[in-house]
Amino acid sequence: MREWTDGSTAIVRGALHAGCTFFAGYPITPASPILMSMLAELPKTGGVAIQAEDEIAAIGMCIGAAMSGARAMTATSGPGISLYSENLGLAIMGEVPLVVVDVQRLGPATGGATTVGQGDLQFVRWGTSGGFPVIVLAPSTAAEGYGVTRRAFDLAERFRTPVFVLTDKELSLTTTTVDPRAYESVPVGARVQHAVGQPFTPYHYEPAAAVPPIAHVGDPTLVRFTGSTHDERAFLTKDPATVGKLNAHLCAKIDAHAAELEWAHSDLQPGAETLLVAFGVTSGALRQAVKNLRANGRKVSSLVPISVWPVPERALAAALQGVRRVVVAELNPGLFAREVRLVAPNVEVVSVTRMDGELVSPTQIEEACR
Amino acid sequence: MSDITVTKLASYRNQTPYPFCPGCGHGPILDHLNKALVKAAIDPAKVVLVSDIGCSGLSDQYFATHAFHGLHGRSLTYATGIKLARPELTVIVVIGDGGTGIGGTHLLQAARRNIGITVLVFDNFNFGMTGGQHSVTTPKGAKTPTTPLGNLERPLDLCATVAVNGASYVWRGTSFDGELSDRIAEAITTPGFALLDVFELCTAHFVEHNTMSKSTLLEMAGRLGFETGLIRRQPRPEYAAAYREAMAGVRGQPLREPRRIPTLQPVSLARPFRLIAAGSAGGKVRSATRLLAEAAVLSGLWVTQREDYPVTVKSGHSIAELVIAPEEVLYTGIERPDAMVLLSADGIKKSGAMLKVMDQHGRVFVAPGLPAPPTAAAVEPLPAPAVRVERDHMGLYALMRAVRALDLLPRSALEAAAQRGGRAEANLATIAAAFA
Ligand SMILES: Cc1ncc(C[n+]2csc(CCOP(=O)(O)OP(=O)(O)O)c2C)c(N)n1
Ligand code: SF4
Ligand SMILES: [Mg+2]
Repeated sequence: MREWTDGSTAIVRGALHAGCTFFAGYPITPASPILMSMLAELPKTGGVAIQAEDEIAAIGMCIGAAMSGARAMTATSGPGISLYSENLGLAIMGEVPLVVVDVQRLGPATGGATTVGQGDLQFVRWGTSGGFPVIVLAPSTAAEGYGVTRRAFDLAERFRTPVFVLTDKELSLTTTTVDPRAYESVPVGARVQHAVGQPFTPYHYEPAAAVPPIAHVGDPTLVRFTGSTHDERAFLTKDPATVGKLNAHLCAKIDAHAAELEWAHSDLQPGAETLLVAFGVTSGALRQAVKNLRANGRKVSSLVPISVWPVPERALAAALQGVRRVVVAELNPGLFAREVRLVAPNVEVVSVTRMDGELVSPTQIEEACR
Repeated sequence: MSDITVTKLASYRNQTPYPFCPGCGHGPILDHLNKALVKAAIDPAKVVLVSDIGCSGLSDQYFATHAFHGLHGRSLTYATGIKLARPELTVIVVIGDGGTGIGGTHLLQAARRNIGITVLVFDNFNFGMTGGQHSVTTPKGAKTPTTPLGNLERPLDLCATVAVNGASYVWRGTSFDGELSDRIAEAITTPGFALLDVFELCTAHFVEHNTMSKSTLLEMAGRLGFETGLIRRQPRPEYAAAYREAMAGVRGQPLREPRRIPTLQPVSLARPFRLIAAGSAGGKVRSATRLLAEAAVLSGLWVTQREDYPVTVKSGHSIAELVIAPEEVLYTGIERPDAMVLLSADGIKKSGAMLKVMDQHGRVFVAPGLPAPPTAAAVEPLPAPAVRVERDHMGLYALMRAVRALDLLPRSALEAAAQRGGRAEANLATIAAAFA
């Protein structure tokens, strides 16, 4: 028994099974199938799904709903992420559990609506003011979109932060056979809720890496939410000591948990001097190239990052043992290769890229290994 | 806290004094809001004050209710999300005239949806917080730092705009109006979208540059030709409630599951086979290829189908790429197809690059009546069907004919796939025509 399905369906099911109760989105290729499925499916579970007037409203509604107790998700493509920008900052600042799906298409501006790309890798990481960390997970197959979406909800809930699912037109829309056993029932945790009657402040800055328990708008405990620089009671402040603690907390909350957040698939071969790296849809060509190279007697290792942010530095360091050359393949100007160079400054890093709307092919990767 | 416990408060304010400039209208409006909440006697834990940005955006800090302070112009979007998630709450948006400009579309949509939010516009005709620049409500001729010679733009009539677009409750007055608290209480207890446009003074900026006082403020609406007082009060279904009512029928229905396909008759394949069907939109290229794909899945093979078409789905080319493999397909692209089935002139035009990379081992099938394209591959014109095949079935016919020539899958698998899909009878007839 096989499923004949696609990545959008896997993401939608992942969200529904993770307990998503609120969805708002705005139509855009290639993310629209997620919007349409959520509008059809979510009401069946008692949840709310709405097509908003634009992307700013879509993410705004999600933030409002999330702080009122909902598990919220939105989905768009690059142009929509541009419009999410300011509200992504709000979600970081206000510590909002939120899942944001980016189904990437090619190029800047309207770009290629029906064309695959992976150019939002750095954009989602740095796409709002301030430079604060976010979590970004990239499924490497259509089926993996299911488990990755569950994990995104898990992390969004537990870390009270926006978590991206970074996928692309090809993984989302290509119909494919899936062995149902490939779906991973990743456990989904819940946000820690404030216990009624206990002393409450909406935010906590100490210890810096701890996530504050949440009280929801409409709960018996009165709660304040703000996107302005605030003290632990969510009142505006300019007191340098408090401001410093707040911003250190927003960084530490993610950075100090890097070991837990990092996630990668490593396929290491003893004696390999070449390491192949690719995320998302390009990891398919990578796995094929590894097969072909090994069939021809070449020793190669490979690494597929699932958490592209944080960069899985530990797995990467382990995979780099004895390696003299890293080949990084991606559908952008070399955005992940940049990160690999930072982790492996003394190793030759070869960047294989493609930006013509076609996928990087196994042949291209194999040629870079010569 | 159960719904029957109603906490009546003497005040919904906290102890903190307002931070506004002397004479600023914001404080008096907030006092009216407080009185209105006292009058309506709503449990403070069921009230959320959603504040926009600007001096008026500071307001939430002075109330002992839930407070939500987001981005400039977007307060209505958070309020909408809150109301949709918790329809039982009283959701009040405090927004400046500046916020109604940058967030204009949200205002329109919220009114049109009739979402149950009360919007209190602190309308001082300028951006107080950033230095008195002109806003969407700045009267024509008014002087501001950004209209030094007088404003050339016509001010926006917020009330008329939301009223004509479906708001349930619309009122205009000033911060000096004694009835303001009654009107706010009325608005928050009226289901649906309510907006109160409250004219007021920004003593730090607008009053500095223009002759403005309590009495001129009262005349302002008249001079602008805007309606004042209660402009509209017309109950209409509130959106959050209407949504729940509309969706009640589907609640509890099973979720849609992905298509599951069993293996009927395993077919062995030595290596992946890559086929491209290239035709025109409306030629059922994708659905015909899908039938072939499902037949391959029924044969226990691993398959991917990738599609390419212009954004205008009903015109231009339509390409379907199929990879059929004995094991999981890792790379879904096609560097060099094993076979191509050309179904239309659009399809041929789009296939140039692929036809070029094909060698003599490749096979190209050309639908009846189409010219043979230049390629090193073996070109096989397909014969016209011996029996009548509907025009929109010619794609399926050609594809099935190619599958037959390639001996790719048994006819039984194709028929089984047809049987499982829609329009089974017509598709079976076309398969029969191709295999005749
Ligand atoms: C996206 C964005 N652009 C600009 C600003 C700067 N800004 C702060 S307050 C404000 C205008 C506020 O005017 P209004 O809404 O009328 O409120 P008032 O201060 O008059 O009460 C602006 C433009 C901002 N905070 N966010
Ligand atoms: S600047 Fe204007 S709007 Fe702001 S507090 Fe002062 S008077 Fe009020
Ligand atoms: Mg103003």
